[in-house]
Parts: sequence; structure tokens; C-alpha cells
Amino acid sequence: MNFEHTDDRRMLADTLVRALRDGYAIDTRNAGAYSEAGYDPAVWQQLNELGIVSALFDEAAGGFGGSGFDIMVVFEALGRALVVEPFLGALMAGRALAAGGGHDDTLAGIVSGETIAAFAQDDGATPVTATKSGDGWTLSGTKAVVAQADAASVFVAVVEQDGDPLVLLVPADTAGVSVRSYNIVEGGAAGDVTFDGVTLGADARVGGEGQGQAIVDAAVGAGLLALSAEAVGAMEFVKEATLGYLRDRKQFGVPIGKFQALQHRMATVLLEIEQAQSAVINAASAFDGDDAKARARALSAAKYTIGRTGALVAEESIQLHGGIGMTWEYAVSHYAKRLVMIDHQLGDEDFHLQRYIALG
Amino acid sequence: MDLSFTPEEESFRDEVRAFFRDKLPARLSTLVREGKRLRKSDMEEWHAILNERGWLANHWPEEWGGPGWSVIQRFIFDNESALAHAPRVVPFGVNMLGPVLIKYGSEEQKKHWLPRILDGSDWWCQGYSEPGAGSDLAGLKTTAVRKGDVYVVNGQKTWTTLGQHADMIFCLVRTDPAAKKQEGISFLLIDMKSPGIEVRPITLIDGEQEVNEVFFTDVEVPVANLVGEENLGWTYAKYLLTYERTNIAGVGFSIASFERLKEVAQTQKKGGRALADDPLFAARMARVEIDLANMQTTNLRVLAAVAGGGAPGAESSMLKIKGTEIRQEITSLTRRAYGSYAAPYIPEALEAGWNGEDVGPEDAAMAAPSYFNNRKLSIFGGSNEIQKNIISKAILGL
Repeated sequence: MNFEHTDDRRMLADTLVRALRDGYAIDTRNAGAYSEAGYDPAVWQQLNELGIVSALFDEAAGGFGGSGFDIMVVFEALGRALVVEPFLGALMAGRALAAGGGHDDTLAGIVSGETIAAFAQDDGATPVTATKSGDGWTLSGTKAVVAQADAASVFVAVVEQDGDPLVLLVPADTAGVSVRSYNIVEGGAAGDVTFDGVTLGADARVGGEGQGQAIVDAAVGAGLLALSAEAVGAMEFVKEATLGYLRDRKQFGVPIGKFQALQHRMATVLLEIEQAQSAVINAASAFDGDDAKARARALSAAKYTIGRTGALVAEESIQLHGGIGMTWEYAVSHYAKRLVMIDHQLGDEDFHLQRYIALG
Repeated sequence: MDLSFTPEEESFRDEVRAFFRDKLPARLSTLVREGKRLRKSDMEEWHAILNERGWLANHWPEEWGGPGWSVIQRFIFDNESALAHAPRVVPFGVNMLGPVLIKYGSEEQKKHWLPRILDGSDWWCQGYSEPGAGSDLAGLKTTAVRKGDVYVVNGQKTWTTLGQHADMIFCLVRTDPAAKKQEGISFLLIDMKSPGIEVRPITLIDGEQEVNEVFFTDVEVPVANLVGEENLGWTYAKYLLTYERTNIAGVGFSIASFERLKEVAQTQKKGGRALADDPLFAARMARVEIDLANMQTTNLRVLAAVAGGGAPGAESSMLKIKGTEIRQEITSLTRRAYGSYAAPYIPEALEAGWNGEDVGPEDAAMAAPSYFNNRKLSIFGGSNEIQKNIISKAILGL
């Protein structure tokens, strides 16, 4: 048992953190995040030159990493800088394709960063149904709030066929596919993706017959780990910013960090962030393990933990800052929004607590 | 990063498990599992078994009788110990005084006192708190005035845990009343049989006599029993407290008591089904279980970060707060789990050796007293609020 990263992984993390700190200031981020596209294509290209996506995949899939701890360090770094470019879609869509096998060209495009992909998950509220037609399928229905839907040139969509999940690769320019795009609260873009009688051939299926659930588990598992790590990265930034403010801001003639009422709140924030970090380490460790149930439980435990702690850190950091924490101009407000809204992605804290219990 | 045990750690764990299986008397593990109060002889019996194997003081250096374990080995041992329902090691000599003597004691003191801690010749208790010095520990008023070869001690200590069994007490005393309060304190070892010492029991909220008041009237203590230098006792006192707090995290105890809670939740019924299947209770249990799994990793991260395997500094305050919150929550859920049968108060049922007929489910009598007793966790060893002060200053730099 040890808690040190390998040299390679530490180097990856250091490189990424430094590159983002130097080249991805909050103004740069916000210019992309609140633009119509919800990200900056030029920045996306620059970041990809660092090989970020390749780090999320193993050699068989064309990458150079791909373990749970690789996903952890990459997304912690992305979260710390509040990166809004479509890395989550690349991870989830790519992991689905890698799990299913085939579609090698699309996977290669995703791993190299040339292809922007979105993972259109079935959250149960808006099932898209597939009906058999010839060798392939006809799709109808709408996927809600698909991250970076407008930017994506391919969708990996989870649809329902006779009650079972079916994973399909759908190019965005397929006839009958339309996207209603919008910005999201914390910056970035998403869209409702409508499939109106979309016809797909047999080759659209990701994986073999009956593999749908396993592919969904692979993709969503990676996504849960990534979101949990991203949240911890964002928490670390917010913690440092809030501590800085407690030291600098003076009222009643002293730094406000001298007041015990604020110190104790900050100590609690620190403790809970450490616990969240541990939850992500547990999840990254189980992610690579052989025990499917332990993996699923650890992922739900992590997402539950960061959902709860994310809201705590967001709310406490705003309160500890006072009015300045409420302003658009100040970086913490955007982090706080992300930390709260991350609970709305891939199942919230209640969902994952229930899942954790059901798996017990 | 790798959370799985290495083959060496696995085989160490097997060795530890085999030891508990072969050497832990069933009578003792049953008492611990049922949450009964142990007698002095029970605790001494277990200490002797551990000492025979060389595992009693598992964080001491090998030179002084420690086994030379890594932090991970100690963690494994503590976990397995709790899971096997072994009695706790009584901390005052082994975990508190031992490290202070090893770091600050003279050669003669180490040679004299350390073996006596191991072989059980001396039962130690802790003379820190006073009626007027709780959270403000440095405000203590018990005085020691040097007269020739002795210090003459006057004053009062309180909350002295298991002091009724003790042969010796390590005490913080004021040797320089004129100095700033932290700078006039010394660390003295005092024989409990000295003339002028009186021990009075304090009965706690659960009816147990676990703690005492200790009064000192013109008690003479040989100068040789001063640890380190006169007036530097506060440094030694704080060093001791970091050890005390790390142990308070009690991850192993939480794991064992959570396992017990799961069993109770399976057998207790609510609305015609097992309590474990009640969605609200299941959610309460799942929350604390996740917190505990996170805590286990937090604990290991803190220990792994300590170079040389000593005691962590202010990070032990984080472990203390979160660890005690979790332990308290588990005792709270266990109390709730027994429903109305948590109410009957059967003091004799709490004692080791009682063979009467249970009222309600087995062990129900222990649930509420244990919950109330464990309110102490967030108070002693420096209250959790004091820990937050320490975190603010030492970790957050506020």
C-alpha cells in the first residue's frame, strides 16, 4: 500500500497544472464558457497538444494511460482550473467505444483530440427508443441536456430497445438528428438532442448483442470518477482562494480569519475536502479492480460524497467571502456554481446514496 | 498510488489474524463484542498476552521493546485488533507516557519506567485536566515547589480515567508561577501511594465510575521524577497529545461497531421488515459507512505522509474530529436501532461476568449507556472545538 503517484503520473499532473495555471486564467475560461459555443475551440486545440485525452486511455485504445489514477489526476487538474472544454465527452464516448471494440477510426479521432464526441446518456426521464428496422434501427425521442451537444461531431447514445440499453454511434450529421443548444448555469454548453426517425445500420452498434449494460457501466463509471475528481480539484482552488481572503480581508481592524466563528467553518471545509479527496482515491483504486460491485459502490460513494461536499464548499466559500463571493467578476463564484451543478450530472447525491445501498 | 496490500502486508495480516485467533481468550472478546465494562484484571490479562508476543507497544522503537512495524503494519494490527473484538490497550502508559519518555526522558528514566509499562508493574493514569483548566489546559494551578531533593505538590487533578486502578500518575504541574502560563509548567511522575494523595470517584452520565478526582496535599516527589527540563513541560504535554489524538480517531473501532450495527439492523424489525430495509435507516447507515470508508483512507494518507513513522502533528486534529464524529454517529444509530428496548436501565447487565436474563434483545441494555458514554469522545483529548482552533492556526495559518 502506498499513496505516492508514479513518476510518470506525477509529471503528467504537474505539467497539466502548470500549463493550465499559466495559460487558462479565469478570464480566458469565462470568455469561452459563456460564449454561444460554451467553450473556445482554439483553447481546446491548445490543450489537446498536451495529450490530455491520450492520458485517459490505455495503449490498446491508442493512449498512454487510462487507469483510474490517470483519470483522477487529469480531472483534478481540469477541475482546479475550471476547464470547460469537452474532455468529459471524450472520456465517456471513448471509453464506451473502447469497451465495445470496433469503430477504431472514431476512437482514434477522439483519443487524438481531433474529434469532439458527446455521450448521450439515458437518465430515465427521457428515454430514446430504438426499433429494429432491417439490419439496423430507427430512433425516436429526445436526449436531455447532453453536454457540449452542439460541438460534437459524433454522439455515443444510450437508447432503449425492448427495455434493454443499446449503445449506438450516431454521427451528428445523420439525417433526423437535431440539437437545441443552450448555455448552462456555470458556463459551458449543452443541448437537447432529438432523434426524429433516425435510421442507422447494424454497424452503428457499439459492442456485441447484449453488451449494452456493460458498455454503459464502463463509460458512466469513468464519468463518475472524472466528475468526482474534477470536483475535488475545484474544491482545492476554492479552499485556497477563501483562505487567502480570510487572511487579507480586514474588518474591525483585524483580518477576518482571526474570528473563531469563521475559523471553525473553514476548518470544517478543510476536513470535508480531505474526506472527499479520500473518496476519490478509493474510487480510483476500485475503478481498476476486478470486483465489479466494489467498483460500483466506490464510484457511488465518491459521487455522493462530492455532491454533498461540493455544495458545502460552494455555500461556505460564498458566505466566508461575503458580498465579493457573489460577484460575477470574482473567480470563486464560477467555481461555486460548478461545484453545485456537478451534482446534477450523472446522478445526484440521493441517487448515488440509494445506488450504494442497493448494491450493499 | 496503490491501496491494495502488498504480499508482505497480506502475510503480516494473516500472522496478526492467527495471533488473535490463537491467543485472544474468547471470554475477553465476548465481553468486548457485547460492550461490557472490563475489570482491571481483564485489561491486565490482555496486556500480558500482547507483551509476551512483543506487540504491546507497537509504535515504540525496537530498542525499547517495540516490534519495528511500519505505519501500515500498525494500521493493519489496530484494525484486526478491533475486528477480533480484542480489548483496547490501556493508553496511558503505552501510548501517552511511553513516547514522551522515549523522546524526552533521561536514560535512567527510560531504563526504569519503560520495561515496567510493558510488564504491567505500573498502571499509569493521566494528570492533565483540573477543575479550572479544561480546554485552557495551560491555565493549570497544581503547584510543585522544589525543596532539596523533592518537589512538594499541592492541588487537584480531575477527569482522571481509570485512576482508581493506578500505581503512578504523570502530572503537569506549575513550577514557575511568575512565568507566562505555558512557560512555567513541568512534567512530573508521581507515585499514587504517596502520602497526601486522595482519589475520589466521579460517576458519569451512564452510571459508570470511569473517571476520578485526584487531590494532592503536600505530596513529596523525588526530583529524579522530573521528565526533561523544569518549566518545559508544555512542550512534552503537547507532544503527548498528538499521540493521544491519533488514537482517538479509532477507525478500527468504528469498523467493528459498524459491523455490529449491521447485524442489529438485520435482526431488529420496523414496520414488519428488517430495520436495514427501512429506507430512512438504511440511508443513515449508508452515510456513516461512506464517511468511515473515506476516513479510513484519510487516516492512512496522514500516517503515510509522516516521515519516519512518528506521530502526525496538527493533522491528528483532523483525524480526531472526523473519527469521533463517526464513532458517535454509530453509537447513536445503535441506540436508535433497539427502539424501545434501548430504554430499560439494567446497570448490572453492563458489567463483565453478569449472567442474568436480558430484558429485550441481547446487548440492548448497553446501547443507550454506550451512546451517552461516548459523548466524551468529542470532549476529551482536547475538545473538537479546540481541535478546530489548532487546525486554524497550524494548518490553515489563520
